[in-house]
Amino acid sequence: MTPPPGLLFDGRVRAGGTTCLGPVRMAAEAGRWTCLLGPSGVGKSTLLHCFAGLAGGMTLKGRAGATDGDPLDGRVALMAQSDGLLPWLTVAENVTLGARLRGKRPDRNRAAALLSRVGLGDLGDRKPRALSGGQRQRAALARTLYEDRPVVLLDEPFSALDVAHRARMQDLSARELASCTVLQVTHDPAEAARLGDRLLILTAAGIAEIDTRQAPPIPRAADAGATLDLTGRLTRRLLEVA
Amino acid sequence: MRALRILLPALLGLALWQGAVWVFAPPAFILPGPAEVAGALWQNRALLAEHAGITSLEVLLGLALGAGLGWATAIGLAASPPLARTLRPILVVSQAVPVFALAPILTLWFGYGLASKVAMALLIIYFPVTSAFFDALRSTPAAWLDQARVMGATPARILWHLRVPAALPGLLSGLRLAAVYAPIGAIIGEWVGASRGLGYLMLLANGRAKTDLMFASVLVVAGLTVGLYRAVDALAGRVEARRRA
Ligand SMILES: Nc1ncnc2c1ncn2[C@@H]1O[C@H](COP(=O)(O)OP(=O)(O)OP(=O)(O)O)[C@@H](O)[C@H]1O
Ligand SMILES: [Mg+2]
Repeated sequence: MTPPPGLLFDGRVRAGGTTCLGPVRMAAEAGRWTCLLGPSGVGKSTLLHCFAGLAGGMTLKGRAGATDGDPLDGRVALMAQSDGLLPWLTVAENVTLGARLRGKRPDRNRAAALLSRVGLGDLGDRKPRALSGGQRQRAALARTLYEDRPVVLLDEPFSALDVAHRARMQDLSARELASCTVLQVTHDPAEAARLGDRLLILTAAGIAEIDTRQAPPIPRAADAGATLDLTGRLTRRLLEVA
Repeated sequence: MRALRILLPALLGLALWQGAVWVFAPPAFILPGPAEVAGALWQNRALLAEHAGITSLEVLLGLALGAGLGWATAIGLAASPPLARTLRPILVVSQAVPVFALAPILTLWFGYGLASKVAMALLIIYFPVTSAFFDALRSTPAAWLDQARVMGATPARILWHLRVPAALPGLLSGLRLAAVYAPIGAIIGEWVGASRGLGYLMLLANGRAKTDLMFASVLVVAGLTVGLYRAVDALAGRVEARRRA
């Protein structure tokens, strides 16, 4: 895999006369995991959609793209806020959907391996309707990992998971995506403190960053002092900007 | 319980019918009673079965061809927005032409035999099938389309792997409608010009003042239509259930 590019957004997004995002300037460092927090409706999902090339129906004034200047098409995987599992495909078929859509042969073994890593090893033959909310979210995570792209956009990927699964999926994702540029939206300061090489807070006034230079590499232990300290500082800032 | 739900309205209808016959005492060639019609049904069972067979064949062929053609048209329209913009208004306007008006022309073109009735049934279901399926093809959830685009899908693959399967419920509801309309098409075709089929038999019976036979034919047509609808509905239900579970 070619080295992953960084991401840069500089501009504003409007739809039907209302502002959905910005004006703001935001960067995600190449090969790092960036967590993006901020109040509901401030435009976090909109930002991810811009990087994914999905500004359909909205107008972007400015730029959203890769720092290496090449287009992002074909280099991005997106795990959207809704799981987007197709009800007529089995869970395993959903995981390999991207291959089928690109006219490639689905790699069933890889799909099975990913499903067992997200804890759904036995449920590959089920239809999505027979999964719980958290299981659906893990299936969507497996589908995103299957894409194997250098840039990965995650929109609240673990929001429906219980504490234990959440920790496990965080560790798994950090491991699987270690060489990728990851931009993750989350509302959970403790999660951001575990996963973020960089921690950004998006508000109507712009981007604020929480200093992580003293923190250990990711994934950080949930109960480590540095993680708890980051969680505390993040929470305080989120309360301030609210 | 289930049997009662079907039986009760049927009994009520029969009672009303018999009641009208008793109260107004019309001559049998105006309104025969249920017993007379039942008698005619039984006496003419061989005749009715033979003509019902013809009509069923026309209906089934028309249904299959119309559904296939509607399916293909909807996919063609969905594949090409310019084509849809051009053809869709034409399709809609074509619906303003009453099918009755077409029946003589179809008979002229395709003759008195099977073909003109099949064409009639086909025509009458073509638009509902096309329209139901095409509308469904146009309303794929945006989130699914977005996801497919990020995955690097071409429009053709999005159509085939995403929009078509997502629109299956629309196609199925179009087919349910078609099951009810197709017999109407075949009967109209037979009225305009035929030497066989239940529509022909109705006209024949009517012309000879055999009103009981005419009523019997109507009952058989109704039975055929209900049977066809239930079969298509059951099939569609199974397809839908399999798709999700
Ligand atoms: N298609 C659209 N047309 C008009 N406004 C939109 C559209 N999509 C989003 N918006 C608006 O843009 C703003 C940003 O939406 P976005 O989904 O990016 O928020 P978010 O930060 O992801 O919120 P959350 O944390 O609740 O997911 C919201 O105020 C929303 O109402
Ligand atoms: Mg969002």
